[in-house]
Amino acid sequence: MLQVISLLLENKPGALLRVTGLLSARGYNIESLTVARTLDPELSRMTIVVDVDPALRSQVIKQMNKLINVLQAVDLTETPSVCRDMVLVRVRTVQESRTAVLKEAEIFGARVISSAVDGFVLEASGAPEKLEEFIQVMRSYGESDVTRAGTVAMSLETKKLRLQPPVPTRADAKLEQTNGVLNA
Amino acid sequence: MSNLMSGAKMLLECLAKEGVDCFFGYPGGVTLPLYDAIYDHPIRHILVRHEENACFAAEGYARATGKVGVCCATSGPGATNLVTGLVDAMMDSIPIVAITGQVPTKLIGSDAFQEADTFGITRSCTKHNFMVQKLDELQQIVHEAFYIASSGRPGPVLVDIPKDVFLAQGHYAPVNTIHLPGYKVFTEGHAGQIRRAAQMIWDAERPWVYAGGGIIAAGASEELRQLVEIVDMPAVCTLMGLGALSSDHPNFVSMPGMHGSYAANMGMSNCDVMIALGVRFDDRVTGRIAAFAPNAKVIHVDIDPAEIGKNRAPDLPIVGDVKRVLQKMLRNVEELKPANVEKNAASRRAWWKQVRGWKEEHPLARPTSDTEIKPQHLMAEIDRLSGGQAIVTSDVGQHQMWGAQLIRFNEPRLWINSGGLGAMGFGLPSAIGAQFARPDKLVFTIVGDGGFQMSIPELATVASYGLPIKIIVMNNGYLGMIRQWQELFYNNRLCSAQLDCFPDAEKLAGAYGFKGRTIDKPHELASALEEAVREPGPYLLNVRVSPNENVYPMIPAGCAVNEMVLGPPEPVGAA
Ligand SMILES: Cc1ncc(C[n+]2csc(CCOP(=O)(O)OP(=O)(O)O)c2C)c(N)n1
Ligand SMILES: [Mg+2]
Repeated sequence: MLQVISLLLENKPGALLRVTGLLSARGYNIESLTVARTLDPELSRMTIVVDVDPALRSQVIKQMNKLINVLQAVDLTETPSVCRDMVLVRVRTVQESRTAVLKEAEIFGARVISSAVDGFVLEASGAPEKLEEFIQVMRSYGESDVTRAGTVAMSLETKKLRLQPPVPTRADAKLEQTNGVLNA
Repeated sequence: MSNLMSGAKMLLECLAKEGVDCFFGYPGGVTLPLYDAIYDHPIRHILVRHEENACFAAEGYARATGKVGVCCATSGPGATNLVTGLVDAMMDSIPIVAITGQVPTKLIGSDAFQEADTFGITRSCTKHNFMVQKLDELQQIVHEAFYIASSGRPGPVLVDIPKDVFLAQGHYAPVNTIHLPGYKVFTEGHAGQIRRAAQMIWDAERPWVYAGGGIIAAGASEELRQLVEIVDMPAVCTLMGLGALSSDHPNFVSMPGMHGSYAANMGMSNCDVMIALGVRFDDRVTGRIAAFAPNAKVIHVDIDPAEIGKNRAPDLPIVGDVKRVLQKMLRNVEELKPANVEKNAASRRAWWKQVRGWKEEHPLARPTSDTEIKPQHLMAEIDRLSGGQAIVTSDVGQHQMWGAQLIRFNEPRLWINSGGLGAMGFGLPSAIGAQFARPDKLVFTIVGDGGFQMSIPELATVASYGLPIKIIVMNNGYLGMIRQWQELFYNNRLCSAQLDCFPDAEKLAGAYGFKGRTIDKPHELASALEEAVREPGPYLLNVRVSPNENVYPMIPAGCAVNEMVLGPPEPVGAA
């Protein structure tokens, strides 16, 4: 079963690699990954879909929570949450099928974002399984190219963010001040 | 007063503010601005002879004191040479900060001379790492690095600094706060869980303390001692935890694990409540995890939530600083004592009798011979001279295991070795760091004839700083641990295990200007070691020991405690 992990992390260079590195170091493949800024521009929200041995999932999530750049990593696999994906499908189709394609698109709530004599580019969003069906249907009409955005997820519960408050740096340590050359 | 200064100077001011008195490093092109600032700065820079050893020395410094150790290397090859030491510090949770130079910001990504992606390379071998992009960030980052390295579960932090940042001029204004919102440090431990643990301890008929490096990192030795005394429980210390409870303490059993004692492993296996403190159930301790401590309820205290349940699911997890947790637990244990002390007293006495029986049945062997020096004899003599007081750093191999088994450590931070990574070449440079940290202390380093040759360049560092380290080579003419495994598990097909060339110790040490000697007779051993200790400067003692001795007991990798091998097979035809 695919698993969904949602992370809130600092929008800093390297932060993404630290998270994905925990998965790749164990040989896990990422099924999908999305990341973008939150309302606070210093933070990003990341959704990762992975296929991890369930026994190890909580271990991996604990490791993610340990990362300094990660404010929170939560497992959405078994908690109330919503998941959505978006897809762009370019379907090449013959003249006779155009109306049928548009009809199907309507059924799936897809929008036409480009139309040409040899076909359409359609945009659909929805639950990942639903999009899977949509893609299959479109492929039955002709050669298709597909770009998926990856799953974005949101928990339906608010989990309290536990953030570390600022701490003071070490009080000035005293070093003997000497003059002249010391380390020559 | 003008406080305009270069980034390099600013870095040194930050180090001074963090209490750094010396650090270990090796210069290079992009760190030259830093070395120019070091030239007349009161912080001492110790020039080692290889960057890997700068990292190991910083670790030795940190392991001997608990303070953050600092090392420094140039970009490219300097930085890549640090990697082994960083992983080592990561595995053993040692607080160090590594400073690396980087090519100027404008050249990053252009395959510039001596450019390496240090930030990328060291991502997975540090607790955290930073690349400073501009001078404004430098001070904040350096203080964050020290804070991260030394708080929570300690570990290595690397700060990569481009040359132009070292050169840039800016105003120094001390940074007084650190804000790392995503850094989670769990110190207190759940009060209810701690109370339940205290009750569980009193309910035990066969309680057992399994203490590790976390006790040393937390400075919780005193609390550990009180706990074992109040309940009168047997305790083992892991390879990383030796000295956490004094080796002379009557409740100390010995070290558990692959080369742990019979009693230690039998106790681990037969206890009914295991109090695991600052340990990580490493495979070298547990053997086959499925068969480990089958009847024990486990209380696991650790500051790192990711360690809880990683290898063994505990019955009672407590996430927190083991010192703070033990302080609370001690109060609970005291409170519960009057109502509980009698309850299982008889079973606990029987348990002690059994543990003592195991100790007497199969004590750790200290064989001696009239004709050759047994490795165990060497360790016993070092133990006699140390009296549980000296710092002993070790390299990796058979000598390390015999040292851990047979030398006493009556305080924490005396036994310094590469536990988790098992990095050969660690012994000598870590002794250098330890001796700088503790100039008052007698420091031995016990190294194999293999590992010593990995760190031989550091003899120059020892000589040039006149460090009175006693370098004891346990010379068995082999990569002993490799020979042991090839003998036992590969039909004695010894391949690349023999070390048939070793330098003349007297000449070698002499070439560096200090004393050295080779011995191979048992009757010379005591006096040679005493001579080494008496010598005010460094001393290289090459001790030729029996080449074919193996370390026992041994629980072969992946086996369970009941598959423990206690000694060599009886020779065929023996009565
Ligand atoms: C850097 C490194 N390379 C290889 C090993 C594998 N290894 C573990 S013990 C050992 C033999 C060490 O020989 P020596 O230093 O002579 O010590 P002895 O076992 O003989 O006491 C080797 C090669 C290691 N631990 N570290
Ligand atoms: Mg050897």
